[in-house]
Amino acid sequence: MNSFTDAALPATDSTATTKEAPDLDAQLAKFTGTVGNVRVDNAKMSMTGVDVHYGDAQAIHNVDLDLGKNEVMAMIGPSGCGKSTFLRCLNRMNDTIESCKVAGSLTLDGEDIYERNQDVVLLRARVGIVFQKPNPFPKSIYDNVAYGPRIHGLAASKSELDDIVEQSLKRASLWSEVADRLDNPGTGLSGGQQQRLCIARTIAVSPEVILMDEPCSALDPIATAKIEELIDELGKNYTIAIVTHSMQQAARVSDRTAYFHLGRLVEVGVTNDIFTNPTHQLTENYITGRFG
Amino acid sequence: MSETTEIVRASLAKRYARERRFRLLGLASVMASAAFLVLLLGNILTKAWPAFTTTYVKIDVPLTPEVLRLPDAPDSEAIASARYGRAVKQAMRDLFPDVSSRSEKRALYQTVSAQAEFTVKDAVIANPELIGTTHSLWVLADDDLDTYRKSKSLQAVPEEDRRFKDFQVTWLEELSAQNRIKTSFNWVFFERGDSREPELAGIRGALAGSFYTLIVTLALSFPIGVAAAIYLESFAPRNRLTDLIEVNINNLAAVPSIVFGLLGVAVFINFLHLPRSAPLVGGVVLSLMTLPTIIIASRAAIKSVPPSIADAALGLGASRMQAVMHHVLPLAMPGILTGTIIGMAQALGETAPLLMIGMVAFIVDVPTGITDPATVLPVQVYLWSDSPERAFTERTSAAIVVLLVFLILMNAFAVYLRKRFERSW
Repeated sequence: MNSFTDAALPATDSTATTKEAPDLDAQLAKFTGTVGNVRVDNAKMSMTGVDVHYGDAQAIHNVDLDLGKNEVMAMIGPSGCGKSTFLRCLNRMNDTIESCKVAGSLTLDGEDIYERNQDVVLLRARVGIVFQKPNPFPKSIYDNVAYGPRIHGLAASKSELDDIVEQSLKRASLWSEVADRLDNPGTGLSGGQQQRLCIARTIAVSPEVILMDEPCSALDPIATAKIEELIDELGKNYTIAIVTHSMQQAARVSDRTAYFHLGRLVEVGVTNDIFTNPTHQLTENYITGRFG
Repeated sequence: MSETTEIVRASLAKRYARERRFRLLGLASVMASAAFLVLLLGNILTKAWPAFTTTYVKIDVPLTPEVLRLPDAPDSEAIASARYGRAVKQAMRDLFPDVSSRSEKRALYQTVSAQAEFTVKDAVIANPELIGTTHSLWVLADDDLDTYRKSKSLQAVPEEDRRFKDFQVTWLEELSAQNRIKTSFNWVFFERGDSREPELAGIRGALAGSFYTLIVTLALSFPIGVAAAIYLESFAPRNRLTDLIEVNINNLAAVPSIVFGLLGVAVFINFLHLPRSAPLVGGVVLSLMTLPTIIIASRAAIKSVPPSIADAALGLGASRMQAVMHHVLPLAMPGILTGTIIGMAQALGETAPLLMIGMVAFIVDVPTGITDPATVLPVQVYLWSDSPERAFTERTSAAIVVLLVFLILMNAFAVYLRKRFERSW
């Protein structure tokens, strides 16, 4: 395991503990730079030389990566490899952790998101995030979805807001299940429904990029299947970055896959290639289950 | 496997016995505290009970112009300044014509309260046609008579040890025989301010004083306390300065309350020249005392809101303030209210700092605002418990009952608010 631990990012990979932990130094020695093409032609977000520190511990080492427009990017890797940390840098959610320091260049449509005059509120309206654990507000289903449009003033009238709520719930394929009980508390839904509600809440703001931090790790297979369908569907209109522990999931939903290990970006490539024909030995070891 | 089973089985009896002992200990503690509570309440209630009734005497007041020293055609001013005291004394003499010695006469006049002549006056002013007639009227009895009537134990005391002497007892018996004595609910106690005469002393002044003081305390300490807690929890950077502030707030909660009283005298009265004995100053001093309690409780409540809720709001593009105001604060509200009510209950029962700023003065008028001189319930309890008259003993207990009821109502209101704000997630 890595030397740093981050309470905000709980380790959920059960396979990690059962395998014999290989020597870290030996693994690091195998890393000589990212394999594969990190750049794409129509980049929505572009990261260059990203370093992240938690206090004295470095969590991310010099990562370069592009997120293409309307692309689904899966980030995989063993627990504590920094993929969630990297994801949270993309809409500056790491700002809430005081000891966290981000360096390097991260741009959204060419604008540096860590620049001094970059407005965090605006950034997060453009880059939405769905968390690992479903976290609906303890309010009604309607208010959950309507919250974002309300604070940003996206709807001029009540009927317009109703429209946004309905559209968002439909796109999150939750509408048919909750249409007749929009006033019920969002916390009363099942886990899978709650997570879809959170996704509906995120897309209600019409962000350009959606970040998903292991959105299915707390869900059963049926709910997971629904969310995966949803990601497939959303990928047509949104740029999506998803962190996942399930390689099958990464294979199913993503266009490209990035493999992180010990805070380094080891390999990036078209999903099919990564899973069928990994170039780097570390990637191969992970995908074939030699360590987790 | 089987070895584990045996080891576990061998230790089971011991483990369960330990649990049983612990449960018994807990039960015993609960019983003990319940017993103390029952003892306290029982004691106070039995002592306070007599204070809620009082004795009235019916007298036939001769309202002739000669007795009242009225001119032939009295105007309203003359009626207002007529000698009603003479009429009351005459009425008493008429009841017991045999009483002749000076000291016995004085005792006779004191059978009814000093309030009696004002009762007569009010009756005449309300209806001036009574002048010239003899009017029957129920007037308040003196506290010595009232106490003697209500207290069985006092009746058993030998004459030389009580204020109400045997010849007064015969008057009482005679009055009773003539159906001139009645017991009724003690409205006086709830309608009037303090008085030197126990039968005229009421809790209204202290109740109003406590009310105004607590309003000032709440108005100051709740917003300031909650705002400070929000700032410290959600906005302040973690550094040496905020650590220092935190330590100081915790220490402030443990400062003896009289120190706040001294500060109140020095700053608010001597320096800022705010009125003495006023709920305004009392409320400010008590808010100083209540603030740490509210801040500590509010911070704990804010901290207990899952960070995922704030994260969700921030992730949608809410500003930090929106995340706090829309989500964290409503969820923390039940805890904040609990802390506030604990602080307010402390403030309600606080005496020492109020003594320092002059709220211990003898004040007869019921205060009508936060700058009027006033006293508060616990100080009134203290003042009455210090008074020598027997009738004040029961009034002391009655004041405690009123204080407790005030407290229960306040708590009930807080529970109601908490239920309204409570949401599950």
